[in-house]
Amino acid sequence: MKYVDEFRRNDLAKILSKAIHQEARDDRQYNLMEFCGGHTHAIFRYGVQDMIPENVNFVHGPGCPVCVLPTGRIDNAIQLAIEHDVILCTYGDLLRVPASDRKSLLKIKAEGADIRMVYSTQDALKIARENPQHEVVFFAIGFETTTPPTAVAIKQAQLEDLKNFTVFCNHVLTPAAIQNILESPEVREMDTVSIDGFFGPSHVSSIIGSQPYEFFAEEFQKPVVIAGFEPLDVMQSSLMLIRQLNTGRHEVENEYTRVVSREGNRKAQALVAEVMELRRNFEWRGLGMVPYSALQIKQKYEIFDAEKRFKVADIQASDVKGCECPKILRGAKKPTDCKLFGVVCTPENPMGSCMVSSEGACAAYWSYGRFRHPEKQQTDKQQETV
Amino acid sequence: MTNTLKRFSVRLNTRNGTIDMTHGSGGRAMAQLIEELFVRHFDNDLLRQANDQAAFDVPGGRMVMSTDGHVISPYFFPGGDIGSLSIHGTINDVAMSGARPLYLAAGFILEEGFPLADLEKIIISMAQAASDCGVPVVTGDTKVVEKRKGDGIFITTTGIGIVPQGVNISGDLAQPGDAILINGTIGDHGVAIMSSRENLEFETTIESDSAALHTLIADIVELVPQVHCLRDPTRGGVATTLNELAQQSGVGMMLSENALPIHPAVAAACELLGLDPLYVANEGKLLCICAQQDARRVLEIMQAHPLGQKAAIIGEVIEDEHGFVQMQTSFGGSRIIDWLTGEQLPRIC
Repeated sequence: MKYVDEFRRNDLAKILSKAIHQEARDDRQYNLMEFCGGHTHAIFRYGVQDMIPENVNFVHGPGCPVCVLPTGRIDNAIQLAIEHDVILCTYGDLLRVPASDRKSLLKIKAEGADIRMVYSTQDALKIARENPQHEVVFFAIGFETTTPPTAVAIKQAQLEDLKNFTVFCNHVLTPAAIQNILESPEVREMDTVSIDGFFGPSHVSSIIGSQPYEFFAEEFQKPVVIAGFEPLDVMQSSLMLIRQLNTGRHEVENEYTRVVSREGNRKAQALVAEVMELRRNFEWRGLGMVPYSALQIKQKYEIFDAEKRFKVADIQASDVKGCECPKILRGAKKPTDCKLFGVVCTPENPMGSCMVSSEGACAAYWSYGRFRHPEKQQTDKQQETV
Repeated sequence: MTNTLKRFSVRLNTRNGTIDMTHGSGGRAMAQLIEELFVRHFDNDLLRQANDQAAFDVPGGRMVMSTDGHVISPYFFPGGDIGSLSIHGTINDVAMSGARPLYLAAGFILEEGFPLADLEKIIISMAQAASDCGVPVVTGDTKVVEKRKGDGIFITTTGIGIVPQGVNISGDLAQPGDAILINGTIGDHGVAIMSSRENLEFETTIESDSAALHTLIADIVELVPQVHCLRDPTRGGVATTLNELAQQSGVGMMLSENALPIHPAVAAACELLGLDPLYVANEGKLLCICAQQDARRVLEIMQAHPLGQKAAIIGEVIEDEHGFVQMQTSFGGSRIIDWLTGEQLPRIC
């Protein structure tokens, strides 16, 4: 796999590892938050932690679209499928996310609801074309990367006059979430979470560019390095963040120059801006209500808006008692700090969203990293139940 | 069978005909289906006796028996079909004990409306596979379910075999220090199936590795009868099978990512689809765990067999009270290789 293997080379990793060990000072900790689940996944999958000094800590952020979706929105989707009898098209990861009353899309599918797993918005359009007698709803989630394809689907549906196709829009915005984390009491006042710098999103930044991060790098005096999702990207970016911290700088640097520019993809931005607009408020699991942190479908395209067509109402749902997903998503706790982790909450039986997606911090800890903490697991076993 | 074929004035329409409820009713339509498709293609002495069971003599010693249901979708795929797969799958399950497979039984559940042309194609493929393997299908059963109560065709096969003297192979016999081998590239079957899925067609030259491994196993147990474990990494892939063995034997395992044989096209498809080849199904692979001093010999035996040319030693068994399977990554770190969670691909075998 040329062009991919180059970013996983062991000889280069060793050189970077040596450079990081030389650069990192012994007298301090470096707490670096990777915002994206893609980074979390790369760190665990390739064992990046084994190659960096012990005082360089990766703090896992909220950048997993499945993880931050609040329970109420899954409840909404379940209502759409059951009460409005729609064909609900969704990405695979969402199927297992726990909803209220121990339900999930997977469970209601087994009970007869028509839930279809799709790989792209184009699959959902195809299902709509093939089932003209049925309402077909695409359950759209994701950060800025997955938003343009949803916008394309809506425009295509309009072009084809697909009257049975709508989108349940849950697209969220990265900069608003990072800012929210930096403004949270844990970071600002209580100082219980120490975040020294950020790995900026890679795919998201290919759309929005590196510019949007400039404000909070300056405002909160935290360095940001836009980092690719390959393990060498993560190591190179770690080195760049450590260098900035050692020299007292707080700039937006771009490690992922092979894809990301300062301005981003203007064509994609314009496409999204034509179909969608900022939502006044949106709930994030872990962060609560974050103003102007999500998108909704513009009035001009409202016939494709499932929320309008089916009069979707806000649902205030509560998470499973004891589940630390909200704090884990803010970096305030580690998965192993949660009493449910590995006891009643496992990937087979997830209690919280962070255990569902392979990009979720809990699932990554469990699947790739739990041999690092076996002693913690042993002592906690069978002590707690929900 | 030529005499009995004349009992039906009009031959079964295997060009345009379809299965209907009468084919499972026990009446003449079912008798015709059995005679003109099943007996005709599976043709062997035991089946021709037309009893509800097959009776045969067995040599003394330890026998093994295994059964496997096949529900794969789509039922024709690059490199095979549900028919050949149902023969290979059960032969492999029997042979993983070190046994020589002797006979097979086959049960069919057909959905009303299933094209007879497809059924015949599948039966011919099964018969060919059984004949190639030298393991006849000696008894069977057919049921028909109403439209929408099944999904075309489900096939269950059961096999019996006999274990040679002095061979004791079991999943609980792995010991720290043992070597872990595989007979070739991983993930081929799952990727081939995925490439032919209706909603996910993509161009690939990868074919399923579906194959019967009993002759390879016969070679191994003949020359190295003391191997500890053999298992085919089907659903859940190499990762899940090694976790099963680690748990059964109460040991850990350490793999080397560099040593894993992976076809470049499989690696590329997995990269694109976000899959891990370690969790993708195989249908013609076996994992062998043996003492370190036997590893080289087993590797040579594998590499000398047509189904083992890309065989490799991929890791070793270690002491670990937690029973973790871990891997040294090519990148230079380490990670745990966990059980498969949920499904990577639905209905792959």
